[in-house]
Amino acid sequence: MDFWNVTLSLLAGLENTCLIFALTLVLALPLGLIISFGSMAKFKPLAYLIRTFVWIIRGVPLMLQIIILFYVPGFFLGQPIFTRFSSVVAAFVINYACYFSEIYRGGIESIPKGQYEAGQVLGMTKTQVFFKIVLMQVVKRILAPMSNEVITLVKDTALARTIMIVELIQAAQNFAGYGLMWPLFYTAVFYLAFVGILTLLFAYLEKKLDYYRW
Amino acid sequence: MSMLEVKNITKSFGKVEVLKDVSFSLEQGQVMSILGSSGSGKTTLLRCINFLEDADGGQILVDGECIFDGSAEKKLTAKEIRANQLHFGLVFQSFNLFPQYTALENVTLAPKLLAKERPDYKEKKKEIHAEIEENAKALLARVGLSDRMNNYPCQLSGGQQQRVSIARALALNPKVLFFDEPTSALDPELTGEILKVIRDLAQKDVTMVIVTHEIEFARGVSDRIVFMADGVVVEDGTPEEVLDKSKNAKTRAFLQKLNEN
Ligand SMILES: Nc1ncnc2c1ncn2[C@@H]1O[C@H](COP(=O)(O)OP(=O)(O)OP(=O)(O)O)[C@@H](O)[C@H]1O
Ligand SMILES: [Mg+2]
Repeated sequence: MDFWNVTLSLLAGLENTCLIFALTLVLALPLGLIISFGSMAKFKPLAYLIRTFVWIIRGVPLMLQIIILFYVPGFFLGQPIFTRFSSVVAAFVINYACYFSEIYRGGIESIPKGQYEAGQVLGMTKTQVFFKIVLMQVVKRILAPMSNEVITLVKDTALARTIMIVELIQAAQNFAGYGLMWPLFYTAVFYLAFVGILTLLFAYLEKKLDYYRW
Repeated sequence: MSMLEVKNITKSFGKVEVLKDVSFSLEQGQVMSILGSSGSGKTTLLRCINFLEDADGGQILVDGECIFDGSAEKKLTAKEIRANQLHFGLVFQSFNLFPQYTALENVTLAPKLLAKERPDYKEKKKEIHAEIEENAKALLARVGLSDRMNNYPCQLSGGQQQRVSIARALALNPKVLFFDEPTSALDPELTGEILKVIRDLAQKDVTMVIVTHEIEFARGVSDRIVFMADGVVVEDGTPEEVLDKSKNAKTRAFLQKLNEN
């Protein structure tokens, strides 16, 4: 196996890594916002229910959640209902949405009451106050913790191999069967590049939002 | 008919009766100052009138029309409250400008959102927006901030921020403009510029209610002064009647204390 063949195989694995990463972000970012609203609901039973759910999801290893989501419905229904890939994506989306929801909640609760009241006395609706006044300020406040989560997600995608999805690490692992160990170490280069790009992106966003302060 | 009539407003927080029975009325173009020691319920009163707090009882009438009735069975809907809030403007002690918007955007934000409800908004969007911007610029000029329109709040002094917030409140043409201690978050050397703006507005017959601790300013600008203590209106009269000729022990004790400081 020469270097280029290995690289090509790893790139094929990277495709799944990227897909899981992108789908998780696209779906978990809005879902997290909905969950955070639920956890702050004025109707207390709903808030407690959602918070319990978040506690369970954050308390159980993601690897276990992936296994449960893939095997358990199949066990009860006689046949798997999700493909391997959709089970993994579903597990990631739920897990990350819960983490995001807590970050959102912290951000939303940190916005002073006066911002809401100023919008209200100017005749804005609740929705307008949230989207036109509060949200932008929340984004600025949560950028740093979000960048942490997003970077963790890059590396968490490796958990997909628990149910035989060939992502980056698994692609390298396959070479171990032929006695090749170095591709596994080589994957670090891909992760580092991925995270490097994200770091630059977040630095850019932070700079973009730096035009105002409190 | 009075422009604003506040009748027997009551409000408790838990067991604490903060407003026991507050009534006053205000004619168009009048300026009324509210004085009173800390904790007497001045802020709570403004918040009840502006629907930031839900009063327990009493009535609020604007131009004779009842917009709040504490004895009504049905609670006001969010939409009704929003419509009521548009009768009034409120300038906060702590400005509460929106930090991510420039001074100009702070002033135009609410009018632009409100314009979306106009039936002709779709056809005339451009004209409407241009008109709103013109009006906002004129208001910022009026408070002396023509050259600061494109600055963000963090780039403005406290006095300038408070002037933006006054322009922001005026942009919706409120019938009555309320101020809650508009200068007390400011360094003493900056209070003058705010007081000047308010005096200017008074001269242009803007109807205002001002909660303040600046007695001499209140004397100069007000047609009427209300003195509150422990959730009730103790006195209501011309500046002279309340500040100089009061026979009420509470009023005199309050004024005495202010003089000592
Ligand atoms: N949200 C609230 N919950 C409980 N108590 C409150 C609340 N808001 C105000 N109070 C109480 O109501 C009383 C009146 O408060 P308010 O802020 O109206 O006084 P004020 O006259 O504006 O005083 P100051 O001159 O210090 O601003 C105070 O005793 C205060 O502790
Ligand atoms: Mg107060």
